[in-house]
Amino acid sequence: MDNNKFFFQRYGLTEQDLERYLSAALSAGGDFADLYFEYQYTASISVDESMVKSATQGISAGCGVRVISGERTGYAYTGELTAERILHAARTAALIASGPSKTPITGFKPEASRSLYPVTPSVDAEMSAKLDLVQRADRAARAYEPRIAQVRVSYADELRHILVAGSDGSIASDVQPLARMNVFCIAKDHDGGNSARGSAGGGGRVALDFFLTEKTPEHFATEAARQAIIQLGARPTPAGEMEVVLGPGWPGILLHEAIGHGLEADFNRKGTSAFTGLVGKRVASEKCTVVDNGTLPSRRGSLNVDDEGSPTQNTVLIEKGILKQYLSDKLSARLMGIPDTGNGRRESFEHIPMPRMTNTYMLAGEDDPADILRSVKYGIFARTFGGGQVDITNGKFVFSASEAYLIEDGKVTAPLKGCSLIGNGPDVLTRVSMVGNDLQLDEGVGTCGKDGQAVPVGVGIPTLKVDRITVGGTK
Amino acid sequence: MLSADLETRNSKPETDLKELANDVVRRALAGGATAAEAVVHDGTEFSTVVRLGEVETLKEAGSHAMGLRVFFGKRAASTHTSDFSADGICQLVEGALALARLTSEDPHAGLPEPELLGSASGDFQLYFDDVYSLPTGERIAHARRAEAAALNADPRIRNSDGGSFDAAHNHHVMVNSLGFCGEYKTSYCSLAAVPIAQIEDCPMQRDYWFSVARTLRKLESPEHVGRIAAERALRRLGARKVKTARVPVIFDPMVSRSLLDTISQAVNGDAIYRGASFLAGKLGEKIAGENITVIDDGTMPGGFGTSPFDDEAVPTQHTTVIERGVLKSYLLNTYTARKLGLRTTGNAARGLAGNPGISSGNFFLQPGARPPHHILADVRQGLYVTEFLGFGVNLVTGDYSRGASGVWIENGEPAYPVEEITVAGNLREMLNHISEIGSDLEFRGSTAAPTLRIDGMTVAGE
Repeated sequence: MDNNKFFFQRYGLTEQDLERYLSAALSAGGDFADLYFEYQYTASISVDESMVKSATQGISAGCGVRVISGERTGYAYTGELTAERILHAARTAALIASGPSKTPITGFKPEASRSLYPVTPSVDAEMSAKLDLVQRADRAARAYEPRIAQVRVSYADELRHILVAGSDGSIASDVQPLARMNVFCIAKDHDGGNSARGSAGGGGRVALDFFLTEKTPEHFATEAARQAIIQLGARPTPAGEMEVVLGPGWPGILLHEAIGHGLEADFNRKGTSAFTGLVGKRVASEKCTVVDNGTLPSRRGSLNVDDEGSPTQNTVLIEKGILKQYLSDKLSARLMGIPDTGNGRRESFEHIPMPRMTNTYMLAGEDDPADILRSVKYGIFARTFGGGQVDITNGKFVFSASEAYLIEDGKVTAPLKGCSLIGNGPDVLTRVSMVGNDLQLDEGVGTCGKDGQAVPVGVGIPTLKVDRITVGGTK
Repeated sequence: MLSADLETRNSKPETDLKELANDVVRRALAGGATAAEAVVHDGTEFSTVVRLGEVETLKEAGSHAMGLRVFFGKRAASTHTSDFSADGICQLVEGALALARLTSEDPHAGLPEPELLGSASGDFQLYFDDVYSLPTGERIAHARRAEAAALNADPRIRNSDGGSFDAAHNHHVMVNSLGFCGEYKTSYCSLAAVPIAQIEDCPMQRDYWFSVARTLRKLESPEHVGRIAAERALRRLGARKVKTARVPVIFDPMVSRSLLDTISQAVNGDAIYRGASFLAGKLGEKIAGENITVIDDGTMPGGFGTSPFDDEAVPTQHTTVIERGVLKSYLLNTYTARKLGLRTTGNAARGLAGNPGISSGNFFLQPGARPPHHILADVRQGLYVTEFLGFGVNLVTGDYSRGASGVWIENGEPAYPVEEITVAGNLREMLNHISEIGSDLEFRGSTAAPTLRIDGMTVAGE
């Protein structure tokens, strides 16, 4: 599959043009330059109060030019894909260097291509088919329970064409589909006194078919409605350190916040991460093996190639508790003398790539999830979460449960509200005493933010028991 | 050093953008739309980061995009594009017309009532050429000076995530089929430093400080920004956990600001008509202590929440949101106003895609009379919160549970830094238990609040 053709055909781009732009980028020297062409088509449709209130589509296209000179990066971009504007961007980015001009290698060698995504992207499906999906979800959520008072459903998809060409003669291209359905419900007691929310969603780099066969609108709708109804009866969370059991799947956000960001190579190159200098050291109990895997078919965090054109990989971050390596892009790999793990990602052509996660998860252990719950005398069972955040320098992370329960004498009892967990990244995994045999990846809802750039990611864990973590409640 | 100054790309001549927007609206009407609205954004950005004295990144670029919203009676759809070529514009218009066939009749959909359209008048001081007046070498020097001031403030500042200088110009054009055609320009510059402090046997601590302004003349000096950033990082060194307790909690102004952001979301008309806010249906009721007055002002000169008209071409205004504890107004756009039987407050906000949402203008809590150190001096035992982490706010129920770090207060004095704790309560109670309001209101962005003391919250730690 020759994806390069998209830009060559649509914009009349040729390999000679790419060489000319790269020459301009290296006109003041520098170690490396690359061009990132992007053409993104997005569409969405949503139902709100059972009305189709919004349908949108949009196009965003442009080219970013990067020049690296030592530890310096010059970057410029243009939203106009004309030779004049791209050359101007190249000359602007070139000013980061200050030496005699260099010549890029001529003749591009394409990366071997791979295909982790379906052939027919969701954006090619008829809007009316997507409309049907959101209406089905709306009906299912309302039918779940009479106390479901508000339902909002959206379906959004995109198709992103990219072409990355480097002054080292590398060239890679990809066509990246992404689709996601979201359901948000509000439940209200009949007397109107009590309200609660629930939300669910998912998708991936999938075709519309995924929502007809694998995860249906009814699946997401029922999950969102179920959460909202349960939360109606939730009571305040206790406060203080206690045992916490994390359910499988999306609670893997723990790994993303607690260790994933801290293992991104740029922070470690600069010595600003709490994990700096810990490769080879124990950072987790020996039951923990954690990977970042960009090569899983159809997953939201997966990519054939990253946004620097490098193939993504399955990278072992922690093996039986020992920190093995960092997640790297080209710049950090070169400056640190470590492998490029294919984690150079960016939000769009307007952004400089940096090391980012793909799908980050813990491998399954041997414990029966039921035994894990039974082992807790008094603690919290966190089944699903909203968002999380980490301070990578001191290692402190927080994440907030959207569905959590009290565990009393090994039994899951009352639903809880207002439950946050706070911990310390470098040691939270050392307190993991049980790891379930039930690894699940999340359903495809994660968006990770770093330095103002958002990229889609995946997470996953089996059921886990953390022996001690601070629970932020009110009681 | 750089061998030459970067050339700044000039915005397109204004008439071109207005003409383009007018043309798109005309084409939508010609294609059968009963009403249409186009927005065009055109901007330039510059940013540089200096780390340990060396330039780390230098970025400069310009971009533009256009959004179109069309109506067929009470059906709406929208499209956007960054492609201003004839093909791109054609796709924009035709796409919107096709999508509008799929959407539902919504009795409240539509452009604002024509008599509500217009621009607030006055000199809003939103645009200054001078943010780009410094040569590139000087901009880098600003970032370098801010970082150097932090690094040199104390030997315990041992590393840095850099100093930075940013500048931007933006040009907004709005045209609709009711005859509105307006535009305004904004400028922006900012300066920041992110130092890292370290002592033996303790985790590193990072903090930051920044200054942001619409004109270089109002930007604080790099030395000031760097020094404050260093102080903030140093005061976190040696932080520990504390025992779980219910104690007075003092929010520093940056933390108070996040509480005001939460209030602005809770009075957002969209959350109100859905019943997705704990303040839904509370108009005219007492929802906070008598000492609480909250204002939204979209017309404050030089403000980061200021504009002459909102994203539906309704003039911005000064709105009293909470007056002495009584909820006086929600923040509304045309749609939510119609849903609630009220009048828009000129708070429509849109990106390029979809229906307009709502955002606050300059949203702030009226300051009190006491300086912050007096407020702290009264605390026998409590927590001074200097940072929140995470998103543990539930607007539907008001439940509030957030990761925090700060300084423990004993007998009115700072005792030691604390971290890895949470601060939790419920917004309904928190708003009624603000027992002290500082005099230190300062805008560093569009939302601002002074130092606050809140009683009755739970601090969770060991």
